[in-house]
Amino acid sequence: MPKLRVATVWFSGCSGCHMSFLDLDERLLEFAERAELVFSPIVDIKQFPDEVDVVLVEGAVGNSEHLHMLLEIRKKAKTLVAFGDCAVTGNVASLRNPLPREEVLRTVYGQDDPPGLEEGEVPKLLPQALPLHAVVPVDHFLPGCPPSADRIWKFLRPVLLGQKPALSGPDLKFG
Amino acid sequence: MITLTIDGIRVQGEEGETVLQVAKKAGIRIPTLCYLEGLSPRGACRLCLVEVRNWGGRLVPACATPVQEGMEVVANSARLQELRRAILEMLFAERNHICAFCVSNGHCELQDLAAELGMDHVRYPYRWLPFFVDLSHAKYGIDHNRCVLCGRCVRACAEVEGAATWGFSGRGISTLVEADLGEPWGQSKTCTGCGKCVQACPTGALFEKGKATSEQVKRPEILAEVKERRPRA
Repeated sequence: MPKLRVATVWFSGCSGCHMSFLDLDERLLEFAERAELVFSPIVDIKQFPDEVDVVLVEGAVGNSEHLHMLLEIRKKAKTLVAFGDCAVTGNVASLRNPLPREEVLRTVYGQDDPPGLEEGEVPKLLPQALPLHAVVPVDHFLPGCPPSADRIWKFLRPVLLGQKPALSGPDLKFG
Repeated sequence: MITLTIDGIRVQGEEGETVLQVAKKAGIRIPTLCYLEGLSPRGACRLCLVEVRNWGGRLVPACATPVQEGMEVVANSARLQELRRAILEMLFAERNHICAFCVSNGHCELQDLAAELGMDHVRYPYRWLPFFVDLSHAKYGIDHNRCVLCGRCVRACAEVEGAATWGFSGRGISTLVEADLGEPWGQSKTCTGCGKCVQACPTGALFEKGKATSEQVKRPEILAEVKERRPRA
């Protein structure tokens, strides 16, 4: 069986889900046997590859770059997984959503010309941080803040074996 | 005794008992949120909806429906599962329930129900409206972002403590739980500061000040216990 081409992406999140992924510890060896990590914040590849089997997306869609990237990876990846609460619900990234975008930026970065207000070196901040499924169809949801390594493995192992993942009950718990 | 069936199982109940009470005795699980033992039923959250097959498949809240002879109740089915999940999703979309950022994370009835009912995401668009937090009370706080309008606090205050401090203002999804005539909770003239509302609250809407998330475990069962101990008239 050829190795599964897996990618991970980091949007508006704290990277806790990626930390939890690394917490797979010795299970990473089994992961490496069955999968190739073709794109990830922890891999030095700049361009999202054309053919990806599974992509785990951490974080909400918070700015124009995330939006652009999400549309691109949806086209290139067969299976898209909302990885962690920010990707599934908006979570902590969405705490700003009830507040006006400009007010948030000016309060945090100062009154004159805060980064992210307009398109520039820093991508433009979207009016609200969105869960992935508000933008593109999502194939699987892996909630948790962060999902524990055990939960990630419970989800990922069937995927690596070519089976359908199915989380239920306590493994779906948010927070 | 009244005889009926729930999920095909023959069960018996006393006159005046509800479908929920009889199901509980028979070990049949029906999810609830606004129901709390010791308080009068309201049928407000609709999570305990069951189908009565010989009433043309009508949906009724199990907590507020007295058992009747010959009823054929369906308590668990794909249809009910989908309806209950949809109700939960609407609750999550309505206000800002951000579990990771909540004093009740890990011991919240809403969070547990979402996991139980297989809610892996919310299909409805979130409203993301701003709600306020009232920290004017010396011992407790109320965060309207987390409120599901179940009314357990309102009933605990009126029916068990007898103070009737809490009430509802507004209508529909703009409804707010409010102390007295809408003044800050800390200025309420009727609040005794007993904290029964906090113990009754299923989410992080009502909480104790100065307690970390891990210490914020509630004891909703004390409402029934307090009522039990009270001398009867």
